[in-house]
Amino acid sequence: MLAFTIRRLFEAAIVMLTVALLAFVLFRFVGDPINQMVGQDTSLEDRLRLREELGLNDPVPVQFARFVASAARFDFGISYQMKQPVTAIISERAPATIELALVAALFAVSLGIPMGVYTGIHRESWLSKLFLSVSLIGVSLPTFLIGIFLIYVFAVKLGVLPSFGRGEVVRLGFWNTGLLTASGLKALILPAITLGLFQMTLVTRLVRAEMLEVLRTDYIKFARARGLTLRAINFGHALKNTLVPVITVIGLQLGAVIAFAIITETVFQWPGMGLMFIQAVQNADIPVMAAYLLLVAFLFVLINFLVDLIYVRVDPRIRIYGRGV
Amino acid sequence: MHDSADKLAPAAARPESREATRQNSAGPGRWQRWQDSDLLHSFLRSKLVVLAAIVTVLLVGAAFLAPVIAPHNPYDLKSLSLLDSNLPPMWEAGGEPSYPLGTDDQGRDILSTILYGTRASILIGICSVLFAVVIGLSAGLWAGYAGGRVDALIMRIADVQLTFPAILTALLIDGVAIAIFKNYNLDAAKFGILVVAIGLSFWVQYARTVRGVTLVERNKEYVQAARLIGIGAGKIMFQHILPNVLSPVLVIATINLALAIITEATLSFLGVGLPATEPSLGTMIQIGNRYLFSGSWWMVAFPGLTLAVLALSVNLLGDWLRDALNPKLR
Repeated sequence: MLAFTIRRLFEAAIVMLTVALLAFVLFRFVGDPINQMVGQDTSLEDRLRLREELGLNDPVPVQFARFVASAARFDFGISYQMKQPVTAIISERAPATIELALVAALFAVSLGIPMGVYTGIHRESWLSKLFLSVSLIGVSLPTFLIGIFLIYVFAVKLGVLPSFGRGEVVRLGFWNTGLLTASGLKALILPAITLGLFQMTLVTRLVRAEMLEVLRTDYIKFARARGLTLRAINFGHALKNTLVPVITVIGLQLGAVIAFAIITETVFQWPGMGLMFIQAVQNADIPVMAAYLLLVAFLFVLINFLVDLIYVRVDPRIRIYGRGV
Repeated sequence: MHDSADKLAPAAARPESREATRQNSAGPGRWQRWQDSDLLHSFLRSKLVVLAAIVTVLLVGAAFLAPVIAPHNPYDLKSLSLLDSNLPPMWEAGGEPSYPLGTDDQGRDILSTILYGTRASILIGICSVLFAVVIGLSAGLWAGYAGGRVDALIMRIADVQLTFPAILTALLIDGVAIAIFKNYNLDAAKFGILVVAIGLSFWVQYARTVRGVTLVERNKEYVQAARLIGIGAGKIMFQHILPNVLSPVLVIATINLALAIITEATLSFLGVGLPATEPSLGTMIQIGNRYLFSGSWWMVAFPGLTLAVLALSVNLLGDWLRDALNPKLR
């Protein structure tokens, strides 16, 4: 177990360094950082002085080491576009994205698992077929179309839910939350559904497939022969054993939620990190892009690492196999 | 012209003459074989798949015949009139029969723009899938055949990229390209940038699949025999091993085509894809989205519907192809 953890940590460190190198190359060589920072009428001497001050004349490996060191301290420089420290922008925006992603994940799990169990048990009922057709559409339709459709129905036609922004937010220390006000909660509904729909269909299909597999096994037949109630069999025995792969996939999907948050946030003008990243791409704001890249990479590596560890902990078969090797 | 082609054919085909005669002799029986094959049988069995195929062919056909069948030319600025802008579809009050699905904010006919836009979307989709296939195939063949360090390096890169969702990779490559070409006229280069960005974000799947098959084939006797008689590594990879990987690659490519079309539309919708002057399904939806609150639902509904139907039918075709070519499910 220890060797496994150390090997995984080592791999994670290599991935992070690779991404840091990418971000550094982006920052250093795509366009001249000095030209981006100063105005047109800055004299040549000032430019040279700034270049010396920022250490851009040092050898490239030294600059890379410095870049990694400051990134480790969450210092990503100043945004070209907004003239603020990137860290300040991100810490202001992060709560919006995290709240949206968590609510979307909650939506996906709390609807996806019951739907998956139902379609797994009642294979031929019309409701199952309806669920599966809806989930096929959910997988095929692009996220932004679903968002636009929801906006048209609930904001334009019915006028019951807001179509953009976060509503009123309450400041709790460094955290801006929209979960405590009525308008904040209302504003959260449509984006969370848009973001969570894809994950929901995924969870439904996964739980269904796992249920179908588990229900065929001998121990379920045996449980039936013992005369256990259907509820005990389906939920106590079958569902429990489907949950390991489901947990893994949900964990790995957190990354996808962050990626799709970019699209959802653009559709709903949600003031989170995804919108910030899109604006950075449009304006070629390299420091913000580099910071976002590193942050997302860190999240992904962390999630992958944790999922690997949990998997080994939860599933005894893997543990035995690991011990044998 | 036909004559000259016939005369040229034997000379050109001489190196692979054995190949050619084998194909010729199989000529009459081939159609018969196709009719008896499982592939055709499973195709006709599912009404949904047939429907999806018909819809796909219709959409692709209409898109590529756009210059012929479109009632207006959205590229022709002379024919546009702002007086005709924001017209609803012809069956609504205020609609005009010459604009069957209404017009957008610049007076472009929605139907014609959809036809041209679908063409752009499909072209970018196909080109980026081809790009991904070429890179993924070469990387996978090389990694599987060479093994050792080359294999470790290529697959490590693939692993790192696989931890990120494709849309994020495409966005990043797109963003870098925008930053690099900031001072140039981007519009002309946008097509290429999109193809590269989407293609590079999808190559990993092909590389992993191809590598897996190559690892198995590499040690088979026919490859060893080929190596013994001194055939070069490149020729072994592309002429002997390649045919074995084509069917899984074809399946992934079909499913990826739908994904690539959606990715292009998403990038264009986010404002980092094709420029607004270039009609594509994504840019049309982006423009229509701005007018949603003024009640002009047709600007976003029709291109959105086209995109959804196109993606859904290509997806269904891909799913069917996967099941039909998978011997385990037969």
